[in-house]
Amino acid sequence: MGAALFVVLAVLTVIAALTVVLHPNPVKSALALVTTLFLLAVVFVLLEAQMIAVLQVIVYAGAIMVLFLFVIMLLNLQSDDPERGRRRAVLRALAWAGGALLAVELALLTRGASVDMVSTAPPGYGGAQAVAQSLFTDFVFPFELTSILLLVAVVGAVVLAQKQRRPTLS
Amino acid sequence: MIDVGIAGVKALLVLLMVLNLSAILLWVERKGSALIQDRIGANRANILGVMPFNLGFINTLIADPIKLLTKEDMVPAGADKLLHFMAPFLAVFPVLVTFAAVPFGDQLVIGDTTINLQVADLDVGILYVLAMSSLAVYGVVLGGWASNSRWALLGGIRGSAQMISYEIAMGLALIGAVMTFGTLDLQAIARAQGHHFFGVIPAWGIIYQPLGFLIFLIAGIAESKRVPFDLPEGESELISGYFTEYSGMKQAAFMLSDFAESVVVAGLATTLFFGAWQVPWLARDGFHFPGGAFVALPQLVVVVLQIVSFTIKVFALCVFQILVRWTLPRYRYDQVMDLGWKYLLPLALANMLVTGVVIVLVG
Amino acid sequence: MIVPTEWALTLSAVLFAIGVVGVLVRRNVIVIFMAIELMLNAVNLSFVALARGRGAVDGQVVVFFVMTVAAAEAAVGLAIIIASFRNRSTVNADELALLRG
Repeated sequence: MGAALFVVLAVLTVIAALTVVLHPNPVKSALALVTTLFLLAVVFVLLEAQMIAVLQVIVYAGAIMVLFLFVIMLLNLQSDDPERGRRRAVLRALAWAGGALLAVELALLTRGASVDMVSTAPPGYGGAQAVAQSLFTDFVFPFELTSILLLVAVVGAVVLAQKQRRPTLS
Repeated sequence: MIDVGIAGVKALLVLLMVLNLSAILLWVERKGSALIQDRIGANRANILGVMPFNLGFINTLIADPIKLLTKEDMVPAGADKLLHFMAPFLAVFPVLVTFAAVPFGDQLVIGDTTINLQVADLDVGILYVLAMSSLAVYGVVLGGWASNSRWALLGGIRGSAQMISYEIAMGLALIGAVMTFGTLDLQAIARAQGHHFFGVIPAWGIIYQPLGFLIFLIAGIAESKRVPFDLPEGESELISGYFTEYSGMKQAAFMLSDFAESVVVAGLATTLFFGAWQVPWLARDGFHFPGGAFVALPQLVVVVLQIVSFTIKVFALCVFQILVRWTLPRYRYDQVMDLGWKYLLPLALANMLVTGVVIVLVG
Repeated sequence: MIVPTEWALTLSAVLFAIGVVGVLVRRNVIVIFMAIELMLNAVNLSFVALARGRGAVDGQVVVFFVMTVAAAEAAVGLAIIIASFRNRSTVNADELALLRG
């Protein structure tokens, strides 16, 4: 039953991802991306990664996408104009063909020998304690670096997005 | 199969409880505000005159939903139809789903099945509640944007900025409680509040984390956009803010999300800080009073007492939120943002630090 | 296990390819940005699937870091878009292609 659920979720996720890429209205694209992220969080729960699933909803679907929506509304973006031109259409078809080829190639590359595979996960797998144990012991240095990175990002975003001040004439 | 059936029954019960509590709170708000403001309140709803069909407040409880259901459903010109339609659902759905993680009783043993009185026993229960609260922003943002009206847009932007600011303070205030109890699982936290200090004082979370409770309550009231933080629906300035252009059942959905969110905040505060379903001195087999007296009770009575205690605590906190609403004036928008970022956030961080130090020292 | 690892990796491959096509085909820089986020999520999915396959949690910790870096990148990237919109009044990638303001 879990496998059937996964197939349903996979189909819905692909449909939502295609909406992100195809829909001319950027607000609808953003909402389709929120749906994709939420469906991926459900897939994470199926893959026994509960902590990461909840973090995905809190961070990605609940904060980053709200930021995207704010920017789209701030800039008051309307639907994109449909593109004209034969050359454009040919290039687009080539891009889609290339994408399909990439998908098939990647899917085929992941077949084959599965080393170190276990069929049941150890107890407590995917819970907050297991993730935190690994995060604060094996990965403590990247953790500290990431906090500095976030500080830099906050400062950078504030500086870049503030209103330009006209230089005062003295 | 039976497990799915039991889970379905529990989910249905919780959903009905939340919806009914929201409807009752609507009436309590109207009558309570009337009491505070020294007037009578809504008493005009009658069926065929005063007697014999005047059932008092029940008339208003029936009349309000009927009015909202039968109103014409308008979509403003130039509004995006799909987004206008989706916004009320996006506002209501995350708030109702949050209750899946809140425990309303200990456990019920029928035959050889033990039913845990919680719809979903998640290891990351608190994070799940925070995740669903963060999804509630979308209803506000889209309601404001899709209405093609300047009051709605202003209300939507203010509302969403306020909600994402106070989410942070709310989450950080909860971390103190998580550190104290050592788990993110809400049922485990509820069970850990069962013992007593000196045999008399129940070991509820508020004794461990008074500042955490205060920060959480303030952030929760701001998150559900109630007065004194109700600038997004600032009734005297923005008509109805982000749900100005909604009528009929969609407006009912937004109002339902308002009350349901205050029930969620009350439910979470009860679970973490007021012992959830714990009744003082009540264990699974009966009352163990401090003097040594023991009153044995059948298991069903214990469960009913626990559910009643949970409901009373949640209801008391909701009434407290209603009292706060009709007592305090509204904050200005920059005061709202100041409070969230400059006062509550550092206070929550300091609370976390002090809790950590105390835990390391005491052990 | 509930979900075979290979199925999850196939879904990840399809999502990644959709993201690549999105970057190549669309002209609106914000939608291009969203396609990049889609690619990042596809990679997250493959990390989680392989971590579950091996039964080790460090795949999930990497996902944690990817999410954090994606958040930082989204914040700065959107700030850059806002700043450039102020000068050029367009978010069309073709018209933003010249460095001259």
